[in-house]
Amino acid sequence: MSEVISEISVIEEPQETLSMNPRKFILWLFIVSIIMLFAAMTSAYLVRRAEGNWLEYDIPSIFTYSSVVLVLSSITMHWAYIAAKKDKFGTLKTAITITFVLGVIFLYMQFQGWIDLVNQNVFFVGNPAGSFMYIFTGLHGFHLISGLVVLLVALIACFRLRIHAKSLNQIEIAVAYWHFLDILWLYLFFFLVYFH
Amino acid sequence: MSTVTTNSATVAHAVEQDHHEPQSFWRTYIFSEDHKTIAKQYLISGIFWSIIGIGMSVVFRLQLGFPGMKLEFLRPILGSWINETGKLDPNFYLALVTMHGTIMVFFVLTAGLSGTFSNFLIPLQIGARDMASGFLNMLSYWFFFLASVIMFSSIFIETGPAAGGWVIYPPLSALPQAHKGSELGMTLWLISMALFIVSQLLGGINYITTVINLRTRGMSFSKLPLTIWAFLLTAILGLISFPVLLSAALLLIFDRSFGTSFYLSEIYIKGEALPNVGGSPILFQHLFWFLGHPEVYIVLLPALGMTSEIIATNSRKPIFGYRAMIASMMGIAFLAFIVWAHHMFVTGMNPFLGSIFMFLTLIIAVPSAVKAFNYITTLWRGNIRFTPAMLFSIGLVSFFISGGLTGIILGNSALDIQLHDTYFVVAHFHLVMGAASAFGLLAGVYHWFPKMFGKLMDEKLGYIHFWLTFIGIYLVFFPMHYIGIAGFPRRYYAFTSYDFTKNIFADMNSFISLAAIFTFTAQWIFIYNFVNSLIRGKKSPQNPWKSNTLEWTAPINPGHGNWPGEIPAVYRWPYDYSKPGAKDDFIPQNVPYSQTPESNLPHENELIGLEKEIEAQNLNDQFSQPH
Repeated sequence: MSEVISEISVIEEPQETLSMNPRKFILWLFIVSIIMLFAAMTSAYLVRRAEGNWLEYDIPSIFTYSSVVLVLSSITMHWAYIAAKKDKFGTLKTAITITFVLGVIFLYMQFQGWIDLVNQNVFFVGNPAGSFMYIFTGLHGFHLISGLVVLLVALIACFRLRIHAKSLNQIEIAVAYWHFLDILWLYLFFFLVYFH
Repeated sequence: MSTVTTNSATVAHAVEQDHHEPQSFWRTYIFSEDHKTIAKQYLISGIFWSIIGIGMSVVFRLQLGFPGMKLEFLRPILGSWINETGKLDPNFYLALVTMHGTIMVFFVLTAGLSGTFSNFLIPLQIGARDMASGFLNMLSYWFFFLASVIMFSSIFIETGPAAGGWVIYPPLSALPQAHKGSELGMTLWLISMALFIVSQLLGGINYITTVINLRTRGMSFSKLPLTIWAFLLTAILGLISFPVLLSAALLLIFDRSFGTSFYLSEIYIKGEALPNVGGSPILFQHLFWFLGHPEVYIVLLPALGMTSEIIATNSRKPIFGYRAMIASMMGIAFLAFIVWAHHMFVTGMNPFLGSIFMFLTLIIAVPSAVKAFNYITTLWRGNIRFTPAMLFSIGLVSFFISGGLTGIILGNSALDIQLHDTYFVVAHFHLVMGAASAFGLLAGVYHWFPKMFGKLMDEKLGYIHFWLTFIGIYLVFFPMHYIGIAGFPRRYYAFTSYDFTKNIFADMNSFISLAAIFTFTAQWIFIYNFVNSLIRGKKSPQNPWKSNTLEWTAPINPGHGNWPGEIPAVYRWPYDYSKPGAKDDFIPQNVPYSQTPESNLPHENELIGLEKEIEAQNLNDQFSQPH
């Protein structure tokens, strides 16, 4: 397996019919499918909300702070990318590690948000207004865990010196996915705040 | 046509490919990453599922045609689903209807059709060594396999498989206590479908990436065979719509197993109120049909693409309106996403909204008619060769038209109120989607069998199979329209105890059932032919149908990597059949214009200058990379 993956990841020739690295292209299509998943969820939310009988409650303020943490992690991720381009391996490893830690902190804060919701008597089981909140944060959290796995794989690749200025595909994929997860959360967060 | 290979670096490439050859039995045949093997795995699984799926329909047709019939002889297979009086258990009847739908729509006509031919033809027709990611491709099949195992095992559990209809509307599907089929069977259905969706997404992502990124030199989008266009659009449809079904299923799983109320509201069971409040079952229908309608085209488009290719090849004529065919497929694919609510006219939808969906639905008739006319005009005055594949393709056109016409009737919201959930609907979609796609699948197998297995299928048996199936399907579904117009609702166990259905159409129902048994029996001819040709079939020549597309330039039994040496470059579109002046009545895509001065049109002579440029392009060769 690993043989196949490495074999595909080293395409570097000038390209004509091939406009993009296939693995990057696969990532973008994967992102499209995640977008559709959440588009379906958020439109279900709107349809259901329009029918009335909707529980009103305050969105835990910790979600605001966790959003800040996630944006910060995006910045450190970009820092990692710049480091990789300049072959600064020490900075690269540090930046990915910081991003990883910020991701874990974000997840912990999301979990704290759930506890706050429970303290407000908003449960997963009950009015769909509350259930949707758990579903959005939970599903996003699930995808963020997959993002952490991608980061971990990238970090291991750094230690094996597989990521450098001439081999950026892997870090580019990790960066794109992480930024996407960040934007996805901001979308969900503003969506929840706006349509509350 | 092997004379036209251009090249020099053959030897060097051949050496590199040797690196991939030696693999263990498991890696070659079971956990293979080769697209041809995966395609065959999908085909065999699809055939297996279709026997089960169609077999189930025969069992419930027995009950419908001969209400209360003694089915003791099925006891060895169905066990206690035949009750003490020897009749089919009504709960199991519902399960059969549900599983028939699920199996045929998803496991046969989505996985079996797209899975087989997208996998097999995309790399071979665009000139690629394999899929963009062989590993994801393998994963896609094994997710499908796992989904299959779970769905299959659900048939054998005590409470039976899911029985709420293949659309699994809540609350029936959301409450385990609602009926037998909503217990463990429904849970397994949801797990299986979730895995199936993952499989389809992995496969679809791979198809799109491969078509866009791995085309050979010169293979521009305007030179792609229509098959590839159809597979590409199908994969895009799947990529956009399957995640929505996943969302719907996810919320349903939470409703079933964790007590949330997304779809459930104020329900009483045995006089007791359930705690669920505030949900909306209509919400599920919206989410479901947002997949459900594109799914119809996910099933149909590959069949349309393959038959375009087969009809052009066997009419010995260029496809009529190549660009119009692409445009109409794009139109169909686009419209597929904005018509879903025509399945929901009777849910209390605002009539104004209903009119909008009706209008959008009826627009689909335009691209569909363009396609139908293009098929007919391609056939018009062609030197038609009636191979079995060709007959099945023409059969598809027939079903597409006769089933499509009733679509125009059903698309009207006013008429749909009368016909909704009757046998008219059943007849409509079985013709236009079921039979048409199944004919596309069969046509594909007959046409590409020589490429898949290097052997020819028996033509005589093919003809017999075609005529029996073609006639049989019309005998089943044509009368069914009348039963629907008479108001017979679908999914009913028996019609003997209602005033409006008592004593009428009983003979027609029996007739349909006999026709269904007849058609099902005829399929064994195909199975026999398939297996027999696999073992004893005549060896196929390299290009048995004298076709233009790239797969016929590969060796008869292509190895891993498809072409020994360099991948052929492409200079012309795939439909140069019977070109005036040419020595043969076909010119494959890899023949440069400089070699066919006798048949070139003035603007094609100008293209000769571009050939050097095409040849100088990057080989786009996956395996020639250092590794």
